Amino acid sequence: MIKSIFLAIIVLGVLGAIFGALLAYASKIFHVEVDPKQAQIRECLAGANCGGCGYPGCDGYAAAVAKGEAPTNRCVAGGEATAAKVSEIMGVSNDAADKMVAFVPCSGSLEAAELRFNYNGPEDCRAAMLFGGRSSKMCTFACIGFGNCAKACQFDAMHIIDGVARVDRLNCVGCGACVDACPKSIVKLIPEKQKIMPACSNTEKGAQVMKVCKVGCIGCMKCQRECPADAIVVKDNLAQVDPSKCVQCGHCADICPRHIISYFGPEYKNR
Amino acid sequence: MLANILSISLGAILINNFIFSQFLGCCPFLGCSNKVDTAAGMGLAVVFVMGLASAICWVIDNYILIPLNLAFLETLAFILVIAALVQFVEMFLKKSVPSLYSALGIYLPLITTNCAVLGVVLLNVQNNYNFIESVVYGITGGLGFMLAIVLFASVRERTQFSDYPECFEGFPICLVSAALVAMAFMGFSGMKIF
Repeated sequence: MIKSIFLAIIVLGVLGAIFGALLAYASKIFHVEVDPKQAQIRECLAGANCGGCGYPGCDGYAAAVAKGEAPTNRCVAGGEATAAKVSEIMGVSNDAADKMVAFVPCSGSLEAAELRFNYNGPEDCRAAMLFGGRSSKMCTFACIGFGNCAKACQFDAMHIIDGVARVDRLNCVGCGACVDACPKSIVKLIPEKQKIMPACSNTEKGAQVMKVCKVGCIGCMKCQRECPADAIVVKDNLAQVDPSKCVQCGHCADICPRHIISYFGPEYKNR
Repeated sequence: MLANILSISLGAILINNFIFSQFLGCCPFLGCSNKVDTAAGMGLAVVFVMGLASAICWVIDNYILIPLNLAFLETLAFILVIAALVQFVEMFLKKSVPSLYSALGIYLPLITTNCAVLGVVLLNVQNNYNFIESVVYGITGGLGFMLAIVLFASVRERTQFSDYPECFEGFPICLVSAALVAMAFMGFSGMKIF
């Protein structure tokens, strides 16, 4: 009796020691160089693996921050204090200047966009996508407008207005839930300080855009010619703003013949 | 011998499918079946761990535990093996296939607590399988798990678009569809090969 108890302890102990030694050896062989910043960030995080940041566990988030792909203030469990520490490690300022907000580069409201057919299916963007990878709108780049992003938004910052998703910048916290929810991946995060954004995604030639949408960017280059800072260029038949050059004057929004450049200026309230 | 292996494989994949007829491994089956891609990754990892765990556990059981009259330690020793194995797989994937490692994420360490893996090694002992049979049973059991989770993930992807009463929203519809898929698999039950 006593013998078998001791035998059990010894056998399990030896087995455990062997596996431990093998694992220790394996961890040397399979050692992966980790960015020292990543290890530091990982230590600051709450460590609950709650997934509130949208990454697979704290390790995943720390890796994304260290690579510069994720904002420093995503750790929900850690809150402000953690965000401050992580920002310090990454050497970025932890203030509103780095805040991101969602933006939907499409202006194809129900009046503006030409329709291919009347859609009567479930009110869900993913379901609508099943009809040839786009909605009932003719434009292949358009916002489908059934509001998967609005359903995903926890902060009441996403609304469907006239069949297009619109962001309420005052409520948006830049969590990116809408970006993940959009099956067409047209929602994107832009810096909040960037006040000007062309609200169109169509990269087809102007004549084709004219056929499918009353307001889409036709690549007329007027904004490119008139921009005082050379910040807006037409690339792939689509006006694109370089936030590092843009002086936020709003001139392009005024002169755009299609009125699709969004300007979130001082008078911005809700759009 | 070959016939025996064939009967074990078909039995593990279809007739006695781990999820649908033995109700083992239901938690990853429900938790990890939102998308077909994730489900397939999870299935592959389970196939790998089940196969290796069957082999190592058979050796430990037959050359250490049974000669020393310690068969009552089987469960403990097997859990030790599985935990170490999963840890090893995690390190291996992190080094060699970082893309799969990040795709599996938190589900990879969770295989440790997958009862289907412990189930397969304990069933190996219960059925008195020899080494080859054990390994075949482990791998095909994993394949059965993979088949089930991939099938179910594709069903779930579709239920998201379908029109069902609001009270079924979310988990209830998921459980109902799991039951329907399991009933389809009942068509295999009672079959006997050779």
